Amino acid sequence: MPSRPHMNPYLAGFLLGLVLLATIFLTGRGLGASGAAKSGVVAAVACVAPDHAAKAPFYAPSVGEGKPSPLKNWLVFEVAGVLVGAFLSGLVSGRLTWKTEGGPQVSSHRRWLFAALGGALFGIGAQLARGCTSGAALSGMAVLSSAGFVTMMAIFGTGYAVAWFGRHLWIARKGGQ
Amino acid sequence: MGPLIPLVIPESLDLVLALFIGLGFGFVLEQAGFSSSRRLAGVFYGYDFTVLRVFFTAAVTAMTGVILLEAFGFLDLTAVFINPLWVKPAILGGVIMGVGFILGGYCPGTSVCAAAIGKIDALWFIGGSLLGIFAFGEAFGRFQAFFTSTARGPVKVFESLGISMGAFAFLLILMAVGAFWATTRIERKVAGEQAPSATFRSMPHVLAGVGVVLLGAVLAFLPDHRTRLQRRVADPAFQAAHPVPVMDADELAFRLVDRDPTLQLLDLRPAADFKPTAFPGALNLGAGDLFTREPGVALTDRRLLKVVVAEDEARARQGALLLQELGYEQVACLKGGWPSFAHLYLQDTPFVPTGGREDATVQAFRESARVQLAALIQARRASEKPAAPKAARAIKGGC
Repeated sequence: MPSRPHMNPYLAGFLLGLVLLATIFLTGRGLGASGAAKSGVVAAVACVAPDHAAKAPFYAPSVGEGKPSPLKNWLVFEVAGVLVGAFLSGLVSGRLTWKTEGGPQVSSHRRWLFAALGGALFGIGAQLARGCTSGAALSGMAVLSSAGFVTMMAIFGTGYAVAWFGRHLWIARKGGQ
Repeated sequence: MGPLIPLVIPESLDLVLALFIGLGFGFVLEQAGFSSSRRLAGVFYGYDFTVLRVFFTAAVTAMTGVILLEAFGFLDLTAVFINPLWVKPAILGGVIMGVGFILGGYCPGTSVCAAAIGKIDALWFIGGSLLGIFAFGEAFGRFQAFFTSTARGPVKVFESLGISMGAFAFLLILMAVGAFWATTRIERKVAGEQAPSATFRSMPHVLAGVGVVLLGAVLAFLPDHRTRLQRRVADPAFQAAHPVPVMDADELAFRLVDRDPTLQLLDLRPAADFKPTAFPGALNLGAGDLFTREPGVALTDRRLLKVVVAEDEARARQGALLLQELGYEQVACLKGGWPSFAHLYLQDTPFVPTGGREDATVQAFRESARVQLAALIQARRASEKPAAPKAARAIKGGC
């Protein structure tokens, strides 16, 4: 399937900025992503072990009698929209295909393992920082909050600091292949 | 004035809107190439700086928009969610996410995008993040104290740095354009012909960069909406051209005693002066509150006659004029300010005859009103709960 090239990044950034600005102007809040995953986890725990969910301090505030389902949440609906929007974009640009993507010398199984590991760390970090790259860093920066800039610098600063250790995951070994 | 939810757009449409906003978010992220982990990770290895370009451009665009909307009075920033800062959790969380980025090649939003177009590694990333959140939730009780430590509240970055909002925006724009230029050079060195920037035509990019820097310079010197309006209403020539209806102390006393339901007192005096002499229904506002949506119907209800009271007539007049300029209707100010009213009705001032025909009526009214007004102040004091802390407004947001 011939796929079209990606959009010019500055144009895409400008459009993304407009989406974020519209979100702030309409709803008084920014974009997010990791919050929806949290809602999913809370809903699952509340479904499987309701007693535990009612007692544990992480879940208790969002579950209980008379409270709407944790899935009836702004970010859950927004992320559902992200799924549809990205699918439509992949459809019009011919990029819909099952595939595993990673560095040039990484087997699929290795890539899956590290993806899951990275996901786990992102899940923990985003809970701790009360937001991920979208909710804390990007949206936080747009409203000029110190939290947004601190989180952004911590994420990308650490990324550069540890990039060397993970280089074989993404770039070819010298002299290899 | 934005945000439009819940005052203009009903709260019930919030979730529907979320779906459409997400649609736009996901579409743009995918178009930008954020559905590719190789491309995302490239920012850390120098072969592809797309992430930096998109991310920085988006942040600068939204921030500039927020500043402009606020400067022209279209957006009330006090009703917008400002991410509060907990210093240590934010840094440690960011560090953990940074390691996760290198290992996983995605962040949560981009992993959803990638999964939507069939990337299997993104599904593993999402599975991992659900497990990570679950682990965090199970262990949460043990480090709850750390989670809520070093709380700073919703601080803004330019306040922490001690510069104006516009100046900060200008600096950030300069940094962004500088970073775009530098990383493009790095990218072409590392990836050569393969670099995404190898296909950029330089002329439009240079022009856009210059334009953005000029816009940033404008932002740095843009007087904000508040300062501009405050300066305008303090200008004697402007005041002469825009008369504000005045109400004298006698009329105010009469309406208060009459319990006129269309009277809304807006008191700009300091809270310490306001409290001992507060009438039922009177609102104590700081000068800054007039710009926010906090006072609610007290300002927006057209049936109410809003009488602005302050330490002196000049301040009351400026407050009333400000409300008029902000578009509120039925505004008046108290003639002579609070002292003239207090002098006649709250203190035992002997009546000074004017020699007019109505002296006797006025004197009788003032004497009886004094008693009734004192009773009204007592009634308000009695009805108020002792030292009820102002409930924090819930502004929703965050991840």
